[in-house]
Amino acid sequence: MTEKAAPEVDVKSAKFRRKDRLYLAMMILPILACIVLKVLFTPAGDGGVQISGAMIFLGENTSMTSLYISESQVNTWAVMISILGLCLYMTHGLSEKAVLKRQLAAEWIVEKCETLVKNNMGGFFREWAPFVAAIMGLSAFSSLICLVGLFSPTGDVNVTFGWAILVFFMIMYYKFRGGLWNYTKGLFSPIPVFAPMNLIGEFATPVSMAFRHYGNILSGAVISALIGSALTGLSKSLLGWLPGVLSDMPLLRVGLPAVLSVYFDVFSGVMQAFIFAMLTMLNVAGAVPWDDWNARRKKRNKPEIQNLVA
Amino acid sequence: MLELAMGIMLGLLGLGAGCAMIAGIGPGIGEGNAVAKACEAIGRQPECKSDVTSTMIMGCAIAETTGLYGLIVAILLIFVAPGTFTGILKDAIK
Repeated sequence: MTEKAAPEVDVKSAKFRRKDRLYLAMMILPILACIVLKVLFTPAGDGGVQISGAMIFLGENTSMTSLYISESQVNTWAVMISILGLCLYMTHGLSEKAVLKRQLAAEWIVEKCETLVKNNMGGFFREWAPFVAAIMGLSAFSSLICLVGLFSPTGDVNVTFGWAILVFFMIMYYKFRGGLWNYTKGLFSPIPVFAPMNLIGEFATPVSMAFRHYGNILSGAVISALIGSALTGLSKSLLGWLPGVLSDMPLLRVGLPAVLSVYFDVFSGVMQAFIFAMLTMLNVAGAVPWDDWNARRKKRNKPEIQNLVA
Repeated sequence: MLELAMGIMLGLLGLGAGCAMIAGIGPGIGEGNAVAKACEAIGRQPECKSDVTSTMIMGCAIAETTGLYGLIVAILLIFVAPGTFTGILKDAIK
């Protein structure tokens, strides 16, 4: 037995439970703090439905541009801390016998993610599973945060553009693996006239990725707000004859927006997270010039890389 | 004079936003075609339903991009452009 058995965890001990509570607090408290912050900073209004961008908490006007700490940044950090808490909670108390049910869930997630990456990117990229899972989880939870009444960070073009630029640099890294000369030659193919179009095509990838994600989330938010305000107006004109405080209440707004939110917020948000991760995988895996790279490696007496798609 | 100019500007911005949303026709037709073909494929081979469905949703989401470009232009015209153009108009008329 060369392998050392993992120490058994006592899931009933006070120390374990204390840690568990700490992780749960790490999951929930950032979101609560964001809600409190939003309530504190929202100016008093007439309670109507408003369509607005991210709120700005702190602003600094420098000579060149304006530096802001906006709602989307704060919410992204809250989501990040919350996901970290979730991961710590799910991997807390791992054991070989899987005493806790959460271990099964964690194993399922990891396994699914590794299979997804292997099937779409090939065996060479199997270390990419954590990155893909991270970007999918961050995107999905950022979109779903609007369910508790907060501004979705993905409804801000700067956030999605940041992620898309990150992916763009990764694509470029793998494109340059085939050598700078080969890459430049590829831009001028099939005939040199296509060079500007090829160049635009390079930059169109991150732009379309960012706008797709942002546009889907934002359109859902705008349509929800429009329907909310329309129903308010309708109930004011139809139910205005009701006595007392009932006439001021938008009674028709009960129900229908919640049903629409299942599509616009939940389905659309999770779908776009999956698509963003999928496009990341396909773009990065498709960017590698295998023949050129292997030719270069052969010149330097390095072993050939084979990307086996399982 | 300023009121007239502002009225014309806001009206034209609304008109432009409406015209931008004509872009929604393309993805509508395209996604409809995609879903129709996916239904045909599932009808032929019901056992590969899950693969076809996931590929179809993926393709639909990518085909949506052009429509979303139109949507973003429309949203910019409605929510962002009036603020910018009002400043320009005031400077020009003053």
